[in-house]
Amino acid sequence: MGLKQNLHNLKKKYEGTKMAPLFNGFHTFLYTPDEVTHNGTHIKVVDDLKRTMNTVIMALIPCLIFGMFNAGYQHYLAIGEIEAVSSGFFSAEFWTLDNFLIGAIKVLPLVVVSYVVGLAIEFVFCIIKGHEIEEGYLVTGMLVPLIVPVDIPLWMLAVAVAFGVVIGKEVFGGTGMNILNPALTIRAFLFFAYPTWMSGDKVWVHGAVERAEEIAGGANLDAISGETILGSLAQGNSAGYSVADMFFGFIPGSVGETSALLILIGALFLIFTKIGSWRIMLSSVVGALAMGLIFNGVVSSGWITESSKFYGLMSTEFWHHLLIGGFAFGTVFMATDPVTASQTNKGKWIYGFLVGFISILIRVFNPAYPEGVMLAILLMNVFAPTIDHYVVQANVKKRMKRLKVKTA
Amino acid sequence: MEHLELFFKSIFIDNMVFATFLGMCSYLAVSKKVSTAVGLGAAVVFVLAVTVPVNWLLDQYILQPGALQWLGEEYADYDLSFLSFIMFIATIATMVQLVEIIVEKFAPALYNSLGIFLPLIAVNCAILGGSLFMQSREIQSIGLAFNYGISSGIGWFLAILAIAAIREKIRYSNVPAPLRGLGITFIITGLMAIGFMSFGGMLTGGDEEKKEEKTAKVEEEKASKEIADNTIKIVE
Repeated sequence: MGLKQNLHNLKKKYEGTKMAPLFNGFHTFLYTPDEVTHNGTHIKVVDDLKRTMNTVIMALIPCLIFGMFNAGYQHYLAIGEIEAVSSGFFSAEFWTLDNFLIGAIKVLPLVVVSYVVGLAIEFVFCIIKGHEIEEGYLVTGMLVPLIVPVDIPLWMLAVAVAFGVVIGKEVFGGTGMNILNPALTIRAFLFFAYPTWMSGDKVWVHGAVERAEEIAGGANLDAISGETILGSLAQGNSAGYSVADMFFGFIPGSVGETSALLILIGALFLIFTKIGSWRIMLSSVVGALAMGLIFNGVVSSGWITESSKFYGLMSTEFWHHLLIGGFAFGTVFMATDPVTASQTNKGKWIYGFLVGFISILIRVFNPAYPEGVMLAILLMNVFAPTIDHYVVQANVKKRMKRLKVKTA
Repeated sequence: MEHLELFFKSIFIDNMVFATFLGMCSYLAVSKKVSTAVGLGAAVVFVLAVTVPVNWLLDQYILQPGALQWLGEEYADYDLSFLSFIMFIATIATMVQLVEIIVEKFAPALYNSLGIFLPLIAVNCAILGGSLFMQSREIQSIGLAFNYGISSGIGWFLAILAIAAIREKIRYSNVPAPLRGLGITFIITGLMAIGFMSFGGMLTGGDEEKKEEKTAKVEEEKASKEIADNTIKIVE
């Protein structure tokens, strides 16, 4: 009883008023509704929109927790207080309370700001429009903190979330109607509006920016460099991390995108619960590998020389592309967004393949935007309805032919 | 390689709609259905493919400063570039008339669905824009000009195709009343442009901007020098 009864009572009290959706939303988020139907036959399903969203959040939680540890680990590693991990995924150097505390202090505010701003806007729109609260923001709000650098100022995040939710989603009529993935819209807004906070070698490790300012102010300290692997490869340097580091995620990067292992676990979970489309994930990986192989082929056939500015990224082993940067995270959690991806099965294959293909293309050929996967997914979101249209038309044509054969 | 680069560049990087926002009127008006959008897009590709090389010839042999040299040495000083607009528009209008006649003859259904917008291609800024960009970017050969015409047409075609599919998809969305119709279309166009920003600066990797800065600086210096010369003259 207690909370549940109180919520029931509050809901009854506000029924029919403008604020009703607000209480309804809270109520159904926590408990099953107390209304029951009285007549007729009904199909009982458990996977409504809220459960779907919660499943994705469950898949994201490991990445979030790992992201907290990693934020602290990168910070302490950069200022030289701890040694690099040595013994695999469960290294004692990594899973320390100190690491977690620093990470939590930096990451939790991101989560809170993202949810508070986003849900506030969503609630306001629901009350104005007078319909039920839509749960679409639950996942977006969790994705956003995972795809930004750990040191991003909170007000920037708030502005970007407001932009993404209003322009990216609410103007289209809310959840399920948007054409671009809202989380990626938010990140793209941040990326183009505040590029100094979204790229470069300072923002990925907590404390690097302050340290740079202190040094500029005359303090006698070592500079912290937190270059991502993509950044250093684009400049022609070596990656500087072992493949195991890349796979386990002990590398600088956005909060949740670093650990390919945990993303893989999340992906399996999503595929097992049939919430993420395995077609998109698989074809996207195939697309990325294909593009990577083409680039490797270009390098080994000697068409470009080492002096070319694309050489560093082109000569990266093709399968490393899956582990570095945001490719894995984007493929698993963003490209599979059921609203903005292609809806038809054949369309999903094409869509996924092009996402993978174009992300590696942008990554290599566009040194200004090392994070190709975000832009590739946005671009394919734009073309997803076109792909669907032609897949459907092709099917109609095929069946028309069959009809003609029968009648003839 | 040069051809391939120009092709890719004019479709994705310098996309007519998303990078320069040209040809918006027909882009917004004829994008309600995919089939008509395809028809108009194809017409634009065709017209661009014809007009850009023709205008390239005009520019090369009549309009450019010194282009009339082939008539004889005494014509080498003529600069007819002030006639560019009117000459280009005349070519475009002729070609559009031609397209209209052909489409009416061979695809009457498409002709009817395109309606007034087919003749309006004559004043579609993307078409004139194609010719003017061809002039200002100093495209080197007629082959490249043909390539540029076709590929920037394909860029425009892709844009109108994508937005038509999106508009068909969101037809039943609960868009806020004040934004219905053109309002939401403008917002979609803006969001699509974000998607296309992924290609900005590709291939060149920012070199081009530097070059532009440099030429701007040189021009500035020239201008300031001229001003200085003039003041000296006045003083004298």
